Amino acid sequence: MASASGTVDPMHQFMVEPLFGHGWNIAGHSIAFTNSALWMAFTLVAVWLFMLGGMKRELVPGRWQMAVESVTGAISGLVDQSIGPKGRTFLPYIFTLFMFILVANLLGMLPTALGGLHAFTLTSHLTVTGVLALLSFAIVLVVGFYKHGFHFLSLFVPAGVPWYMALFLFPIELVSFLMRPFSLGLRLFVAMTAGHILMKVLAGFVISGINLESALLSPIIVLPSFALMIGITLLELLVCAIQAYVFALLTSVYLNDAVNLH
Amino acid sequence: MDLQSASVIGAGLAAIGAGMAALGVGNVFGSFLNGALRNPSAADGQFTRLLIGFAAAELLGLLSFLIAILLYLKA
Repeated sequence: MASASGTVDPMHQFMVEPLFGHGWNIAGHSIAFTNSALWMAFTLVAVWLFMLGGMKRELVPGRWQMAVESVTGAISGLVDQSIGPKGRTFLPYIFTLFMFILVANLLGMLPTALGGLHAFTLTSHLTVTGVLALLSFAIVLVVGFYKHGFHFLSLFVPAGVPWYMALFLFPIELVSFLMRPFSLGLRLFVAMTAGHILMKVLAGFVISGINLESALLSPIIVLPSFALMIGITLLELLVCAIQAYVFALLTSVYLNDAVNLH
Repeated sequence: MDLQSASVIGAGLAAIGAGMAALGVGNVFGSFLNGALRNPSAADGQFTRLLIGFAAAELLGLLSFLIAILLYLKA
């Protein structure tokens, strides 16, 4: 982590590196197994274990089943509230999205670097969050045009607007609609990136403070930085959950436009 | 002033946007609490709207962070 100058580089944690050498190429494209792919696999395994442990369908649920049921209950409540009864079709997709983002965010917070394996937050890359956002946007488009045909375009003209106002509102609504995948992907990516940079910067303060080896200055620098770092870590755990929930929430709000159309 | 120092100063100025977003997010939650404490029984039903408002206010602050990063990495 530490570069040659002795300071901590906060951007190094976002490097995507192949784990088994660079020589994996097909037709000029690298298919190397990277640390990003490794943490996606970890995410998959973690979600799988969590769900399998709780899907026992016992009449009197144990602790684990209660945990799983509270998550499924929260997401189905969210979908029911924002889309209504027609939204049950999309519940599996939104639940998958929520679980994947939540677990990926939380796994990125693990201090596995103590054991030698550097944690990689895969949601801190625009390529990952952008693909998730484009997937949501594509589903909205497909559902909207399938259900309503070209009548779906009336989404861009709010109901009860006189025609001369509609002339102005149509481009504005169209642009704000087209910005949705960008804002959806950017929000998750920037929130995770900013939080992890902040944590690494504070960790850099702690390391530089210890390296001073001064009995007077070191505690003054190290102790407040470390206390702040613990607080920021707790805040980041909250942000992990909120961002996953917001992604699921906005996806279902956008789907509501496509399903119910005003 | 050369381009590099101008970029770094611009990245620092973009932090004003983060502070403004802090005002916005605080306003969202403050107004929610203001209403929720007057009528607590209606508060739970507005939770999703609270988060939509939070997401909209937060996004603009995150955009200023993005601009800062773009300027800083370019410098």
